[in-house]
Amino acid sequence: MTVTAFLTDSTLCIGCKACEVACKEWNQVPGDGFIWSGNSYDNTGALGHSTWRHVKFVENGVTPGLGGNSPEAFSWGFSSDVCKHCENAGCLEACPTGAIVRTEFGGVFVQPDVCNGCGYCVVACPFGVIEKDEQDGRAFKCTFCYDRQRDGLHPACASVCPTESIKFGNLDDLRAEAHGRIEKLKSMGFDDVQLYDPVDSSVAGTHAIFIVRGDPGTYNMPPKPEVPTIYLRKGWTSAAIASGLMLAATLFAFLGGRRA
Amino acid sequence: MSEPRQQKSDGPTNLSDLREARLEEIRQHAQRAALQPAPKLDGLTLHASPETGYYEMPILKKPQWKSEIPLYFFCGGTAGASAVIAAIAGITGSDERLARDARALAAIGGIVSPALLIADLGMPSRFLNMFRVFKFQSPMSVGSWTLMAFSSNTAAAAFLSTWQQRFSLAKPFRILQTAAQLISALTGAVVSSYTGVLVGATAIPVWNQNAAILPLHFAASGMAAAGGLLELRGHNSPALNAIGLITSLGESAVGVSIELRKNHALKPLKSGSSGWLTRIGGFFSGPLPLILRLLSFGAASNRKKKLRKIAAASAVAGSLATRFAWTHAGSVSAKDTPLLLHGASNALAQKH
Repeated sequence: MTVTAFLTDSTLCIGCKACEVACKEWNQVPGDGFIWSGNSYDNTGALGHSTWRHVKFVENGVTPGLGGNSPEAFSWGFSSDVCKHCENAGCLEACPTGAIVRTEFGGVFVQPDVCNGCGYCVVACPFGVIEKDEQDGRAFKCTFCYDRQRDGLHPACASVCPTESIKFGNLDDLRAEAHGRIEKLKSMGFDDVQLYDPVDSSVAGTHAIFIVRGDPGTYNMPPKPEVPTIYLRKGWTSAAIASGLMLAATLFAFLGGRRA
Repeated sequence: MSEPRQQKSDGPTNLSDLREARLEEIRQHAQRAALQPAPKLDGLTLHASPETGYYEMPILKKPQWKSEIPLYFFCGGTAGASAVIAAIAGITGSDERLARDARALAAIGGIVSPALLIADLGMPSRFLNMFRVFKFQSPMSVGSWTLMAFSSNTAAAAFLSTWQQRFSLAKPFRILQTAAQLISALTGAVVSSYTGVLVGATAIPVWNQNAAILPLHFAASGMAAAGGLLELRGHNSPALNAIGLITSLGESAVGVSIELRKNHALKPLKSGSSGWLTRIGGFFSGPLPLILRLLSFGAASNRKKKLRKIAAASAVAGSLATRFAWTHAGSVSAKDTPLLLHGASNALAQKH
């Protein structure tokens, strides 16, 4: 089995939201309600239990030559967000039931027949992706179309993307492709393109990488995502000291009290 | 548009020149337009930028735990510490009546705690899935197993002790009782402190920036609540007063360390509603009982009892408020997008 990944190239995205729709249709994800956010054309807000692909709409300043036919128009930035399927996944590590597993394709999958809705994965995700559906009770997120991948198909969002902004394939191939694409974009004068691929953080890389223009922070991509297991050593050391102190202090209190 | 068409007959060289000229015109128009600042709409200031992130939307999801979870932190912490008091009061043989009440408090907490946890689950019917696997890297898994061992052993210890007092116990049962009491005390200490690890090992900044303090803090808080409840039950024991003194001293130190550390991630503990709750909880857990207990040393017997009872009630209330304060602070902290984008030091520089 190959280790698969998404490469989302925001320089090719036209903001059509076909990925959001295809994902909802294939995975039978419930609706988000009719909420008018006022944040550009984005009315789904963020990834969550009922939004597994999310197109972000960034209205950049007026950039000569990038505002379409009218030079006064601002330039658009669109980027389709998705679960990062981390190499060291906070949700997977935190899950106490073993409901969250690593698939043979390298993705992170929540088994809906095992999850009991404890909600610990929600606070363990450094990207704020997984969320508990309060009505249903369980936690949900992108499945990386595990069912489709098993049948040799591409994920629904990648299959439907009309501009090939969402590419699906072997992780290493896509990384190479991304570097080539960035070279090409730079040669065309797009100096601010960069690859969002957090390999140098404790999540040790992801199975969803992104090409974005400008600061990835504009798209709420954290510069330093950390898997929360890095805090375990500190925590358990402190808990061991705390337990020891509890026993020692109580013993001291009772022995001292007897002498008094 | 009509201009190039008219010139078409003049030949292709001229046409390409015209195209270049037109392109230059467009470029100059675009440059002029770009120099004009983009129109600013007051009241509609939300936008996407590297400083504020994507429309100031939170990067992290806030905890979806209901009030059962902070209540469990209180209940479990109290029960665990009570089991420690029961075992040590029993072993040292200093106060059998106190040991009995502490065992009962631990047993009640050991029943209420799992009930609270199950009530908070999205699918309570699947609570047994917690015991499908044991994962050391998941504090929730370690905690579930420890709590199960704690609850069952504490209930067994309380039952066997009551049986022994009413009737008598055969030797194998007395060994069983001692073993249950020991396991109850050891797991109790873990139950009191692991909730700090659970909260610390998350993506929430205000929690993970206190990963080293939280287990100590929660253990002290549980200890203070257990001692306080036993004092309110009517035990006027110097040992319980000593526990009250030690824990209120510890809680004061935690409060001072929070106030003194200049980490932007700690902002939810110092400002807003979560800040107020933290400070109120901290005051009732730390300085207030500490002062009351110190005053009680010089007081007459009647006043001494009264002061210690007020200190005990204050510590119990403080412990409860503290658990809610930390949970609330976590929800506030999850919304701090600038902190996650720029790190603690830069976010601080930006705010001031």
